[in-house]
Amino acid sequence: MDLNTIETVIRPRDRADLPDWRDGDVCLAGGTWLFSEPQPGKRRLVDLTALGWAPDAITAEGLTLAATCTIAELDRLELPPDWIAAPLVGQCCRALLGSFKVWNVATVGGNLCMALPAGPMIALAAALEAICTIWAPDGSERRLPVTEFVLGPQQNALRPGEILRSLTFPASALTRRTVFRRISLSPNGRSGALLIGTRDSAGALTITVTASIRRPLRLGFAAVPRRDALERALAETIPDELYYDDVHGAPDWRRHMTQHLAGEIRDALADGAPA
Amino acid sequence: MRLTINGQRHDGAPRPGQCLRTYLREAGWFGVKKGCDAGDCGACTIHLDGEPVHSCLFPAFRAEGRSVTTIEGLAGFCRPEDAAPDALHPIQAAFLAAQGFQCGFCTPGMIMTAAALDQGQKRDLGIALKGNLCRCTGYRAIRDAIAGRAHRDTTAGGDPIGQSLPAPVASQVVTGRARFTLDAPPADALHMKVLRSPHAHARIVAIDTTEAYAIPGVVAVLTYADSPQRRFSTGRHQDPRDDAADTLVLDAILRFVGQRVAAVVAETVAAAEAGCRALRVTYEVRPALRDPDRALAADAPTVHDPLDRPGDDAPPLTRHPNLSAEVHGEVGHVEAAFSEANLVYEQTFRSQRVQHVALETHGCLGWRDPDGRLTLRTSSQVPFLTRDALCNLFGFERDAVRVVCARVGGGFGGKQEMLTEDLVALAVLRTGRPVMWELTRQEQFTATTTRHPMRVTVKVGARRDGRLTAISLEVLSETGAYGNHAGGVIHHGCNEVLAAYACPNKRVDACAVYTHALPAGAFRGYGLSQTIFALESALDEVARSLGIDPFDLRRINAVRPGDPMVSNSLEPHDVVYGSYGLDQCLDLVERTLKSDPGPEPEPGWRAGTGMAMAMIDTIPPRGHHADAHVKLDPEGRVTVRIGTAEFGNGTTTVHRQIAASVLGIAPDRVHVAGADTDAVDHDTGAYGSTGTVVAGLAVLRAAEALAERIRERAGELSGAEPAACRLASGMVETPSGPMALSEIGPLAARGRADGSPRSVAFNVQAFRVAVHPVSGEVRILRSIHAADAGTVINPMQCRGQVEGGVAQAIGAALYEDLAIDSDGQVVTQALRDYHIPACADVPETEVLFANTHDSVGPFGAKSMSESPYNPVAAALGNAIRDATGARLTATPFAPDRIFRAVMAGVSGEG
Repeated sequence: MDLNTIETVIRPRDRADLPDWRDGDVCLAGGTWLFSEPQPGKRRLVDLTALGWAPDAITAEGLTLAATCTIAELDRLELPPDWIAAPLVGQCCRALLGSFKVWNVATVGGNLCMALPAGPMIALAAALEAICTIWAPDGSERRLPVTEFVLGPQQNALRPGEILRSLTFPASALTRRTVFRRISLSPNGRSGALLIGTRDSAGALTITVTASIRRPLRLGFAAVPRRDALERALAETIPDELYYDDVHGAPDWRRHMTQHLAGEIRDALADGAPA
Repeated sequence: MRLTINGQRHDGAPRPGQCLRTYLREAGWFGVKKGCDAGDCGACTIHLDGEPVHSCLFPAFRAEGRSVTTIEGLAGFCRPEDAAPDALHPIQAAFLAAQGFQCGFCTPGMIMTAAALDQGQKRDLGIALKGNLCRCTGYRAIRDAIAGRAHRDTTAGGDPIGQSLPAPVASQVVTGRARFTLDAPPADALHMKVLRSPHAHARIVAIDTTEAYAIPGVVAVLTYADSPQRRFSTGRHQDPRDDAADTLVLDAILRFVGQRVAAVVAETVAAAEAGCRALRVTYEVRPALRDPDRALAADAPTVHDPLDRPGDDAPPLTRHPNLSAEVHGEVGHVEAAFSEANLVYEQTFRSQRVQHVALETHGCLGWRDPDGRLTLRTSSQVPFLTRDALCNLFGFERDAVRVVCARVGGGFGGKQEMLTEDLVALAVLRTGRPVMWELTRQEQFTATTTRHPMRVTVKVGARRDGRLTAISLEVLSETGAYGNHAGGVIHHGCNEVLAAYACPNKRVDACAVYTHALPAGAFRGYGLSQTIFALESALDEVARSLGIDPFDLRRINAVRPGDPMVSNSLEPHDVVYGSYGLDQCLDLVERTLKSDPGPEPEPGWRAGTGMAMAMIDTIPPRGHHADAHVKLDPEGRVTVRIGTAEFGNGTTTVHRQIAASVLGIAPDRVHVAGADTDAVDHDTGAYGSTGTVVAGLAVLRAAEALAERIRERAGELSGAEPAACRLASGMVETPSGPMALSEIGPLAARGRADGSPRSVAFNVQAFRVAVHPVSGEVRILRSIHAADAGTVINPMQCRGQVEGGVAQAIGAALYEDLAIDSDGQVVTQALRDYHIPACADVPETEVLFANTHDSVGPFGAKSMSESPYNPVAAALGNAIRDATGARLTATPFAPDRIFRAVMAGVSGEG
């Protein structure tokens, strides 16, 4: 929709071009959320795509995605064959509520910064232990794990003037076995619970819980726990008030499904476990 | 900025925050539609350098140097003013061949998306089309179009009645040329925006407009001080007294969050929005009534307080000022019958608020024509009743106002209301300029109307042999802040549901109450979907308890020709058995379900079947009128003028078929012009499923009268008796040889239908479902629907009406809930939070028609638009009960609401 209060579009060509942050400024990446709701307090758009960041970089250390990498670009990536976590990428792209047309425009960084519980890029990044690189207005950088970047519904760790620059996925996480589980109130609806399990070659299990709770959480186990131990761990880690309550799922159902899907993931990853 | 649009170089300067959708429309590309303006519905889809994008989400400035293709240019380069191309893109041709649309508002975006799909995506349309919403079709026709399956009859000749002819406007729709309400507005039109109430109940103490007027571009601010003091109802009926006159154009008393506070009229939308933000309003907040159960309590806050209407007539004498309407009636001796029954089942069922979600939002464009006459082009199902209401409101003579509709982008009852026209008229009168008001999708959710939420307590008594001895209904309907349709809906809702059963003892106690909530209004089914959900669920329990098959229970108890049709009183009425096809519908569905119950569920899921039936009067009561003019021009072509609006219901096609059949000419020589108060004397409107049975009957009568004149004239010219002349094959056959119609015209004739007597139509729905015993997810394995529509004038279109009704009802049964929080604020303000069925959510429904011929309707036809909606929720609930043992008593059956009941049901069964 038209954002009629916007007076200026700033299109910085490099970091030095970034304007001093003012009240009413807002970063524009894909724009698929920004232009989907009234933004009556916003006056200037800072167009991050003008910075011309390369969408991705694949090295032996891992995968780096620019915040402005689109979902479509991410989905098209050809990842090294030993990164067996690669199917998660497609699964998480498909978990986006928006259509494939939105993929052409929406960005990975935008999905993270929105910090919606159901943000599937948050799930992907949290499960694969991605690190956020943040540009501060003073020219410095800081790094945060995704689980510390996303603080709650539509609440991220960015301070005024800070910009999410990129996400780095360590190769160690990309070489884990993964299992993806998701449920929503309608077949392709917004995720009510989205859980991802990983298992490394040493047998350690992680279960990342998103969508059902207000911010992502990752539970780690040195070995596959028994089902009842998993249930207890979830109950202890996730207090009732952390379960998200909105029209896409009642909290008691989200808790119930979180337990159920975590159990399914545990069972799926328990097979073929190293001795 | 320079870009290419449909092959044409375009230079322009987008506003900084402008999206590409409005930029393209301002450049004249009106095939780019606004359904949601938020990236959820896909109606605005265009191609950007060949990639499909939602243009509402795309910043216009980013189109610099790029190549845009809109629906208009899909088949080849063109300019905005060019007519539809002769050569279509293959996917446009496929949508034409399959008639993959109804109202056609979603179609440009649907086609632009489909054109971009690769073979892999086409194999899973549920995923590929999740960003494209259609409210009319139920998606089957769209899936068929994309798969290349054709449906329209292309064989020329023969009687057009019974042929699947395409909609006359089809090629305009698939090429983006069909003009909807707000396409091509005048260049000097002002724009209006409305400040809405933040409070559920308040009095406006003062509105300071100084800062608003200081904003450049603001032309006028309208407040309660500018409002006519006459009250009206937004709900429109043939008899305006059917709805309580409780509404002002602008009122100092605010009765729901979202009510109009003031309107700003400005040169641009941006200035109008800024003007609204600059209004300084002082409110005196009052206690609000949010709980309908408390509405009739002695100490409940009063929604329409007589003290707020000094000088007005006393309000109707009801036992409580919050009682908006009531129905009480009894036939036989209900209590005695319950005590004598072998089985009594009682349960309370709740139906929630749901929204129509027509893809075209409400919108109206008003101006004064060169003679100074007030003219409105509006998205309405009732242009004539709106004209009458405006005349009454502003004190004008009838001929001082003209109301017209372009093609209307969906209605579903939501446009049987005057929700925009009153305020646009006031703004035009005040400014003297053309004024346009387009509601946002958010306003559709927060400030238009919904289905009436209802609590229905049903009690059924039965004998061991399955005979029903008594039925009682206690209904509490919440009309919200205003009483539009409150009475009509509970009367209708408590009528056919009971009249369908030959049970000697029946009772109704029904109230519609005011609350400080978004008003309810007319909605497909008009009260019956809520009560039928209750009764048909209860009958399922009765059948189970008695060990009787649910189809047989209906056979034992449903009315048959000869039975009096009685709901809750013995008052005489004008409903007759013009035909009767319920028996066929029950047999068809039962047999089809048995022969093919659908796929087996996945391991771990529970499967079950359920059915329900519905009866509906084919026409609303107490008069529904239509005038038709049919004219033969000197070229031998025929024009039908009719008042009813086309919003995807297909009446234009049917009227063309009727006229062509009577006059013996090819359908493509008949032009149908509708929905203009200047065209004919009167038309009650396109509601109550009357487009075929009332307006169509008027067309039939006019065409028959014209045929008579043609025969007379041919007789005069050829010296033969008129009776010896026959219309066929586009000619008049006379004893002295054939005469061309062009030798006979011009001639004209009129016809009228008055909506009485009325007949009855029937629908039977069955589902086989799979339910996940842990998550509560419901999957439909098989959906079968039989309809008794009398003569089916256009099988393809009628099938589409049934499929669309079933799909919309699946939405209400499984997903949709217009949630309102404790402060009275609507929570679901966007389509991403109010999930209407997408392609993946709607299974194929096998549609079967009973073979009947009605004595009342034209060519034996009956209405078939609203009624397919009505049995769906109960049939689904009954199937879930069969699968899990859980009797669900409230819709929607969403996983998070039903999983506990399902788990309890499943474990109880084991």
